[in-house]
Amino acid sequence: MTSQQFIFIILAAITLGSAVMVVTARNLVHAALWLIAALFGVACLFVALDAGFLAVAQVIIYIGAISILIIFAIMLTRGVGQGTSTQTNANWGWGALLAVVFFGGLVWLLSLWSGFTTQKPEIGRAFDPLRQLGQALVSPNAYVIPFEVASVLLLAALIGAIIVAWDRRLK
Amino acid sequence: MSDPFNAIRVWLAGLLSSLGLPASLVTVVMAVLGVVVLCSLILVLDIFLVWVERKVVARFQDRLGPNRLGPFGLIQPLADIIKLLIKEDIFPAGGDKIIYNLAPIMALATVLLLWAVLPITSTIYGTNLSVGILYIVAIGAISTLGIIMAGWSSNNKYALLGAFRTVAQMVSYEVPMVIAMLIPVILARSMGLSDIVENQTVWYVFLSPVAAVIVLLTSIAELGRAPFDLTEAESEIVAGFHIEYSGMKFGLFYAGELLHALTIGAVVSTLFFGGWRGPGAETFPILGIFYFFLKAFFFYWVIMWIKYSLPRIRIDQMLNFNWKFLTPLALTVLIVTALLDKVLPRDNMLWYSLGMLLANLVIIWVTLLILHSRARVERKRVAEPSPFASPERSGEAHPTSQPPQSPSPSSPAS
Repeated sequence: MTSQQFIFIILAAITLGSAVMVVTARNLVHAALWLIAALFGVACLFVALDAGFLAVAQVIIYIGAISILIIFAIMLTRGVGQGTSTQTNANWGWGALLAVVFFGGLVWLLSLWSGFTTQKPEIGRAFDPLRQLGQALVSPNAYVIPFEVASVLLLAALIGAIIVAWDRRLK
Repeated sequence: MSDPFNAIRVWLAGLLSSLGLPASLVTVVMAVLGVVVLCSLILVLDIFLVWVERKVVARFQDRLGPNRLGPFGLIQPLADIIKLLIKEDIFPAGGDKIIYNLAPIMALATVLLLWAVLPITSTIYGTNLSVGILYIVAIGAISTLGIIMAGWSSNNKYALLGAFRTVAQMVSYEVPMVIAMLIPVILARSMGLSDIVENQTVWYVFLSPVAAVIVLLTSIAELGRAPFDLTEAESEIVAGFHIEYSGMKFGLFYAGELLHALTIGAVVSTLFFGGWRGPGAETFPILGIFYFFLKAFFFYWVIMWIKYSLPRIRIDQMLNFNWKFLTPLALTVLIVTALLDKVLPRDNMLWYSLGMLLANLVIIWVTLLILHSRARVERKRVAEPSPFASPERSGEAHPTSQPPQSPSPSSPAS
């Protein structure tokens, strides 16, 4: 076993263990914190793949924004953070069925893939993925239209948030 | 001889490989050693910072500060640490034990993590991460988490309120901070902190003074120091998120805050004040360490100066200052810098710098004009008598407007 495999197994165990704790923890705040651990494990996997930008973006967006939002929502909801809520609701059967089908689909897809034994290609120091990503985002031959559509969508969301929060009495 | 630390590193690596260790293991051992040495030095520096902080605040308040133990009171922080260690470790009833104990560790560890990307001199840095600036932002996000954990696990309403305030402040001040940090990225064409320092033949504070000030102010807000210390406003929420912590656990929060202040000084000096750059630092890297810490401690002093000179701002002022002033200003500076960067000739550093500086001065001038007119409107609004306080508007004589010697028979007692 190479050191890379060793590190991967540790990281994968941390990520999966935390993910299991997310759905089994009784206290919702604990579940949110375990979710952060799982997301951090994914960020570490990105680091192991030499994808530094993805790792940092994962931490900023998922831990810095989404998880904090989730924790805020939990803490501001009365009685939810006390560990007294039930873990399942009436739809647990459908949920389990969907999860099994989805897992089976993923296993089937991966069984068709032949890249399990390929080695990670060595990336030279001069290779700058960040610059290429930036150029691809604004180049007309690549992703400029999706990028602009996403910007318009985010701008619309921003304006919508302001409209929702607007205090009409102040006019 | 100009670079003794790397000479020691090369010698040690040679020693280990001559003992027959495989090359990959030597790399791992050297990396672990580097982490341990850097962290230990920073933490020892942190003990010293307690003394610096107490001495400087004493000078600002016209006192002497610690001066009994050792020369200039230098042994005082060690006595403080012994006191903190032997204090009773109190755990609040109904708290969450694991999260409660994890929070102070996160508070200090996130600050230590920042030192991984800071270039102390041209040859000594943790790593020249290609996304160094984003890494700093990401670590800031994790430090927010430590404060939430402390506030929630204490099972105390004041602690929870303090945590909410901290998060509101950190999340909103992150916006102008990230925008302003993009300006050195535009100027240096790289997000790696070592590359940014390498490219600063002219300090970026001369090219974009507005961005430098925005980064410094928003960093102080993210640190939660006065005037942005709403998170521990004594008159409102007692001590904020660390109200239930005692002994060394409180000590970790305190040490984390001091070290964070110095680290912010180091980040600001790296981004805008040339980091390790200084006369002779390129030929003698050991001089770079001196310049780096000189600049870092200067900004640490500036942060203390601001802290001990200004009163705490209100929470609505804190949010208005961020969303109505810093964010639009940061966006303006970013747009102007990006446009000018394309227009101005980059091969002629003199014209490039002069153009950037001129644009920043124009921005400062326009900002001051807008602020001036805003202040006039605001003063007029405040000067107008409010309907409840003035006797003419409320329609009846105010009780206190009468002379106290002769109380009228129609006094408000009836």
